Amino acid sequence: MSDYIREAIFSGIFETLEMTFFASLFSYIVGLPLGVLLYATSKGRLLENKGINGVIGFIVNVTRSLPFLILLVLLIPFTRFVVGTSIGTVASIVPLTVGAIPIVARMVESSLNEVNPGIIEAATSMGASPVYTIIHFIIPEATPSLLQGGAINVATVLGYSAMAGVIGGGGLGAIALQYGYYRYQKDVLWTTVALLVIMVMLIQEIGIRMSKKTRKT
Amino acid sequence: MSNVFELTNVFKTYKNDGKEFTALKDVSLDVREGEIFGIIGMSGAGKSTLVRTLNRLEEVTSGTVKFYDKDLSSLKARELREVRHSISMIFQGFNLVNQRTVLANVEQPLRIAGVPRKERKEKARQMLEIVGLSEKADVFPARLSGGQKQRVAIARALAADPKVLLCDEATSALDPKITGEILDLLKKINQERKLTIVIITHEMAVVEKICDRVAIIDDGNLAEVGAVKDVFSNPQSKAAKKLVFPANPFDPSEPSGKVIRLVFDGTQSSVPFIANLVEQTGLKVNILSANTKSVGGIGFGQMILELPGSENDQKTIIDFFTKGGLSVSEVV
Repeated sequence: MSDYIREAIFSGIFETLEMTFFASLFSYIVGLPLGVLLYATSKGRLLENKGINGVIGFIVNVTRSLPFLILLVLLIPFTRFVVGTSIGTVASIVPLTVGAIPIVARMVESSLNEVNPGIIEAATSMGASPVYTIIHFIIPEATPSLLQGGAINVATVLGYSAMAGVIGGGGLGAIALQYGYYRYQKDVLWTTVALLVIMVMLIQEIGIRMSKKTRKT
Repeated sequence: MSNVFELTNVFKTYKNDGKEFTALKDVSLDVREGEIFGIIGMSGAGKSTLVRTLNRLEEVTSGTVKFYDKDLSSLKARELREVRHSISMIFQGFNLVNQRTVLANVEQPLRIAGVPRKERKEKARQMLEIVGLSEKADVFPARLSGGQKQRVAIARALAADPKVLLCDEATSALDPKITGEILDLLKKINQERKLTIVIITHEMAVVEKICDRVAIIDDGNLAEVGAVKDVFSNPQSKAAKKLVFPANPFDPSEPSGKVIRLVFDGTQSSVPFIANLVEQTGLKVNILSANTKSVGGIGFGQMILELPGSENDQKTIIDFFTKGGLSVSEVV
């Protein structure tokens, strides 16, 4: 492996981390409230609302069922509009975020669904408003599960970030594709794959540890 | 004494997949200030639904539920939340927030009511002292036993200085010894803080131990309501009889034999009726089962007797007991 490639791989690691971090962050900023809304407006829940639930559910289902590669292409104009270009690490963060939002929303919804309904009943009987109940009873109670879901989401985003290489995104995925696939450099391919696997494992491990640490049951 | 709750012709119907199910049928009753009011019934009788109409966790289909003369169904969401600060509730499953410490759990109702941080911490500690768990303030609920969890739930329920405490099968998940301790605690709170308590249970022992009055719910209907000692000594409804008198497992040993049930209360439980009967009439009876229990400090007993075959003898014996002031009924 030449020094040049070694350097490329090295900076690829940082690019991948950068994409994963920001895309995860932004997808949670939008996806977390969306997931809470999906949960709270579903049937029998505190803010039951068929209309809102139906609309959000529909959007989430549609975006989630699009293959990520297609979403990448479809979003090129939008990406260009947001960051001015559709190529490079920063540009990949846009489709990654959009692709991850529905996954985050569903994951959050399912974590909240696990909360014992008795706790919600107790909160209501104390005179807590629905919003108070969600913030001070449901979300704290679901925190370990939310963190566990978070680890899965971040690992998914990391996997998706490798795909961004196809349309000119940066990171390890792009290196694997350009050197490993188009130029038949098997050593580069395997190195990047190994690095990606290690990164996913690390993320999983950190997530599980955080979840365990917060779990008081 | 004024009424805490006044229920008038309450109906509750659930609709599920086009099927209707009526959980409460024309229930009217009062809960008086300062009393411990029991609501007892078999599972599925509607008692959990009934208690949830008292803080409007369940909306009634028709009829009215009044809390201190205020019709609950007329309240707006905000007003209802305000009223709920005065109506605390504890549950069979305790329903504590597991991810928060005991102290933080007890603080919750105060936090909801907008009490400043320092004040509510102090109050929460006081409440934990009342239930005897001061040293567990910084522990998480998972580290507590069932009885301790229920004590925390009681402390949480008391924190907002409620006027009434609703207990939904609060002791059903606990063993008899812990149940006794929790009931003693509730009784103490009732007396010291003049707190009205409504207890939902399927266990007769709970009612016997601490309730002043009891309502019996059977298949959504209010079968009977009255002072515990009256209902125990002289149950009127079929549902009440079933709860008060366990089924008689014995058949008469001969076809012409007759099985009767004697019920006596504190005033007669010191008289040796059976011995007197044998001495005065020379007739013998066979005791199939007997028990006495203390209800509010008064001894209540019941005895199931098999009488001899001759109809004349049977009449003599029944007359003897009736004259003695015992209530006699035939067991079929």
